[in-house]
Amino acid sequence: MRSIIKDGQVVTDSWTVLRPDEAGQLPEAAPERDVIVPFAVWKAAPEAWQNRSGRLAVWLAPDDEPAELAGSLDAFPLLAVDFPAFTDGRGYSIGRLLRERYHYQGELRAVGDVWQDLVHSLWQVGFNSFEIKEGKALEDALKGLGTFSERYHSTWREPEPLFRRRNTRHKTVA
Amino acid sequence: MYRYDEVDYRIVRERVEQFRDQTRRFLAGELSEDEFRPLRLMNGLYIQRHAPMLRVAIPYGHLSSKQLRKLAHIARTYDKGYGHFTTRQNIQYNWPALERVPDILAELADVEMHAIQTSGNCVRNTTTDAFAGVAADELIDPRPYCEIIRQWSTLHPEFAFLPRKFKIAVSGSVEDRAATLVHDVGLHVVQSADGEIGFRVIVGGGLGRTPMVGEVIREFLPTRHILTYLDAILRVYNRYGRRDNKYKARIKILVKALTPQGFAAKVEDEWLHLKDGPATLRDEDVAHYASFFDDPAYETLAANLESFGAKLAEDRAFARWAEHNTRPHQQPGYRSVVLSLKKTGVPPGDITAEQMEAVADWSERFGFGEVRVAHEQNLILPDVKESDLFEVWQLARAQGFATPNVGLLTDIICCPGGDFCSLANARSIPVAEAIQRKFDDLDYLHDLGEIDCNFSGCMNACGHHHIGNIGILGVDKNGEEWYQVTLGGSQGNHTAIGKVIGPSFAQADIPLAFEKIMNTYVEQRQAGERFIETVRRIGLDPFKERVYAKHH
Repeated sequence: MRSIIKDGQVVTDSWTVLRPDEAGQLPEAAPERDVIVPFAVWKAAPEAWQNRSGRLAVWLAPDDEPAELAGSLDAFPLLAVDFPAFTDGRGYSIGRLLRERYHYQGELRAVGDVWQDLVHSLWQVGFNSFEIKEGKALEDALKGLGTFSERYHSTWREPEPLFRRRNTRHKTVA
Repeated sequence: MYRYDEVDYRIVRERVEQFRDQTRRFLAGELSEDEFRPLRLMNGLYIQRHAPMLRVAIPYGHLSSKQLRKLAHIARTYDKGYGHFTTRQNIQYNWPALERVPDILAELADVEMHAIQTSGNCVRNTTTDAFAGVAADELIDPRPYCEIIRQWSTLHPEFAFLPRKFKIAVSGSVEDRAATLVHDVGLHVVQSADGEIGFRVIVGGGLGRTPMVGEVIREFLPTRHILTYLDAILRVYNRYGRRDNKYKARIKILVKALTPQGFAAKVEDEWLHLKDGPATLRDEDVAHYASFFDDPAYETLAANLESFGAKLAEDRAFARWAEHNTRPHQQPGYRSVVLSLKKTGVPPGDITAEQMEAVADWSERFGFGEVRVAHEQNLILPDVKESDLFEVWQLARAQGFATPNVGLLTDIICCPGGDFCSLANARSIPVAEAIQRKFDDLDYLHDLGEIDCNFSGCMNACGHHHIGNIGILGVDKNGEEWYQVTLGGSQGNHTAIGKVIGPSFAQADIPLAFEKIMNTYVEQRQAGERFIETVRRIGLDPFKERVYAKHH
C-alpha cells in the first residue's frame, strides 16, 4: 500500500494502476486487489473485469474521450486521468468535463507526472486525489494545494468567478 | 487605467512567492532542468546567450508613470541600465541574475505588474491598439474587455499547459492597429444593427514557420458571452491541437486541418454546454471594468490653434516630426505623440533607464501620467495638448526620441536577434542599423513615404517579418548568416503575408538590395501611390529583375 493525497490529506491507499507493458500486456493482478485499468482495455471487454472481489476503476489517457464513459460513470467509485508528462494539459479539460458536464460524483484521481506545482490547478478543475510521482515528497505536494488563496475564474470548486463575487460584494458594501 | 484591488495584489504576490520557491528548489537540485524549464517560462524567464532574459507583461500596452519609473529602477538595479520593448507590448531585460529574478518580480508586484504567462505554452499577454481610448477612429474602447480577458487568462486552471503558446489581440477602431488577423484569437469590438456591443471572432492567424491570416468563425458574439466562448475555443484547442510536433502545434494548424467551418462547429458544440453559465458577464460586471477607463479631465480646447499652425509653418523639422510622429485625438486640441525608439545606431525598441524616467516625467507634465507601448516598439504619450507639442518635440529630440520616422522605412520592427537570442539564426540589430544608415537622408526617406519594414532573426517571427511591406528573415546556411527578403506583406485591415523575392543575401548586400527595391518603387509608382500599393499593382517581378540583375 502506498500513500497518496486525498481531499487535502496524506492517506494510505489500496488502488493499483495497471499499465500495459511494451508488448501491450497488462500485468497480472490478483482478483482481490483494487485495480485501475486503462479505459481502452476495459471498453474492449468490460465483462472480463466482472467476478472479481476487488474493486474496479478505469484510467483515461489524454486522448481518451470522456463522453464515451458518460453512461457508465455510476459503475466506478474512482476514475483516474493519466498525465504521461506534466506539460500535457489535456487531462485538465477531461477533469472539468467529467465533473461539470457529466456530473461525476466519485473520486477523481490524477496519476502520472503529478507533483507540487500542478496540484492546485488540478484541484480547481475537479480532481480530489493525487498519486504523486515517485521521488517527489507528498508533504511538498500537500503544500502546493494552498499556493493561491483566490482565483479569477469560474471553476468546478467555485463556480462563481471573482468578477461576480467582486460586484456582489461591492453592492453589499454600498 | 485599471487599478488592482486587494485580491489582484494577493494573487500576484502569491505568484511571486510560488516562483521564488520554484527557483529555490531548482537551485537546490530538487527540480530538474526539464521540470523547471516550463515553470520558469510560464513566468517569462528564458535562459539566453549571455544570461537569463526576463519578459515583463505590459497588459494591453498601458503604463502609468509610476510603473515606468519602476521599470527604470529595475533596469538600473538588476540589469545593465536598459530594457527592450517587444512586438507584443512587453518589456524584456537581457541581463538579470537568475537568483534575483524573484526580487524583481516582487518589485513589479508593488506597482501592479508581473511576468505571468509572458512565455510558455499558455495564454500570453492580451494586446490591443496602442491608441485605445484616444484614437480618432475608435468605435468602441477595447480596454475594459482587455482587462476582463487579462483576468480570465491569468492562471486559468484548465489551460496552463496548452499544445503551444496562445496570443489574443483586441481592436475597437476602424483601422486595426493590433494585428488581430495574425493572432491565435483576434477580437474586433463591433456594434450590431440594433446597437448591441459584441465581438467579431477571428481564429487561427499567426506568423512563425507557417504564416496564416486568421479566419472569422463568428461574425457577432454579444460581449456577455466572451469568456464562455473563449473557454470553448481554448478547450477545443487544448484537447485536439497537435502535441506531437511543436511546429504544427499552434491553433492555426488545427483550424486548417478541421477547416474554419469545421473548427467553428466544434467550438459552437462545446460552447452550448458553457453558454449562460456562471462565467457570463452581467451588465454591472462590464460597467465595473469600464469605469476604470473613463476619460481623464480633458480641458475644453480649440483644435488647430493659430499659434500651433504658425510654428508648423516656420519650422520645417518640427512640421515633419508633427506629421509623422503625432496622431489625431478624440479630443479637440489634443494629439498623441509617438516617441520613436528607432534612432539609427540604437537597437530598435531599446530604451535606457534615464529615457524611461524622462518619458515618465513628460507623461505627468504634458498628460495624465499615462504612457502606451506600441507593438511597433515605440512609446506613446497619449494626451498631449497641441500647444505643448513644440516643447515636447524639443525635449524628445534631446533624449533621442524624435527621429521623424514613425511609419517610414527606418521605423524597423526588429527582434533582438542573434546578438542576444539563443533561437536566432542571424543577427538583426547590425543589419537594421545598416539599413537605417543607408536611408539617413530625411528628404529621401520622407519621399519614400509609409513603408513597414519588419525584421526577424529566425522562423519564430518575433519581428513579424511576414507582415512587413518589406520583410527580412535571418536564415542559417551552413553556419553562416544569410537574409531572405519578402515583399507585399501588410498588417491591419488588409493583412497579407509577404512573398520571398528570391535567393537570400549576405549581410553586406542587404542595403544595396534595399536601394534597388526603392529605386524600382520610385520609378514605377503612380502619383500618391504608397510602396505597398505599388507592390500590389505591379507584382514582385520588376523588383526581382532589378535586385538579381547581373552586373553589366
